[in-house]
Amino acid sequence: MKITTRAYGEIEVNEKQKICFPDGLIGFEGIHHYYLLDSKEGPFYWLQAAEHPQLAFLLVDPRVFMESYVLSVKESELGVLELESRDDLLDFAIVTVPEDPSKISANLMGPIVINRKKRIARQVISDKDEYEVKHYILKEMRKETTKLAETC
Amino acid sequence: MLVLTRKLNESIMIGDEIEVKIVEIRGDSIKLGISAPKRITVHRKEIYLAIQKENIDASKSAVERIGEIGSFLKKKK
Repeated sequence: MKITTRAYGEIEVNEKQKICFPDGLIGFEGIHHYYLLDSKEGPFYWLQAAEHPQLAFLLVDPRVFMESYVLSVKESELGVLELESRDDLLDFAIVTVPEDPSKISANLMGPIVINRKKRIARQVISDKDEYEVKHYILKEMRKETTKLAETC
Repeated sequence: MLVLTRKLNESIMIGDEIEVKIVEIRGDSIKLGISAPKRITVHRKEIYLAIQKENIDASKSAVERIGEIGSFLKKKK
C-alpha cells in the first residue's frame, strides 16, 4: 500500500513495516501507528506516523557512533513488548537534526525499543544517568576516534 | 489536585496496588518510597519533560539537511 511520508512524499510500504506503540511516544501519546522505513541517507531509519504524513522521527542505532553503548532499562519497561526472546529486541535512539546539521544529536535517555516479531514498540527511559537527551553524534565520534588512537 | 498531610513513615495508597510512603524528611528534601506492580513505571517528572521536549525538537528536524550528514556515518555491519 501507499502512504505519504515526511521525508520522501508518497511511497510504497509493506504492512510488515508497521509498528504499534500502545503508549505512543512521550509527548505524542495519542499516535500509535508508525512505519519503520530505511533511510536513503547514512545509517538512519525513519519512524513515520502512519496517519500523519508530517510527523516522522529519524532513528539511529547508537552503536554507530558509540561503540560502548548498551541499552539499559528496567525489565518492567519492556513488559508491554511481550518479548519471548531478547533476540527479538531492536533498539534505537531518536535523532534531532537542527538547522546546523553538524549539531545533529541523539537521545539516549529515551530510547525506542521494538519487538521485531510482534512489531510492538515503546519509548522507554534509560536507567543510566550518563545517557542524556542530547548526545552530539559528531562529537561522540571524535571521542571514539581518540580512544582508538590511544589503544594503537 | 488532592492534597494530603502525612508524617514520616506514613503512606498513601493510589488504588489498591500503589503505595507511596514518606521514608525520610531532611530540610527541604523528602525521600519517597514507592511500591507498585512491575508494569507500572515510575520516573522523575523532569526526565519526562526533558524527553518530551527532545521528541518535539526531533519531530521538527531539518529533513533537508540529513543528506549532508548521512555521508559522515556509515551503516554498521
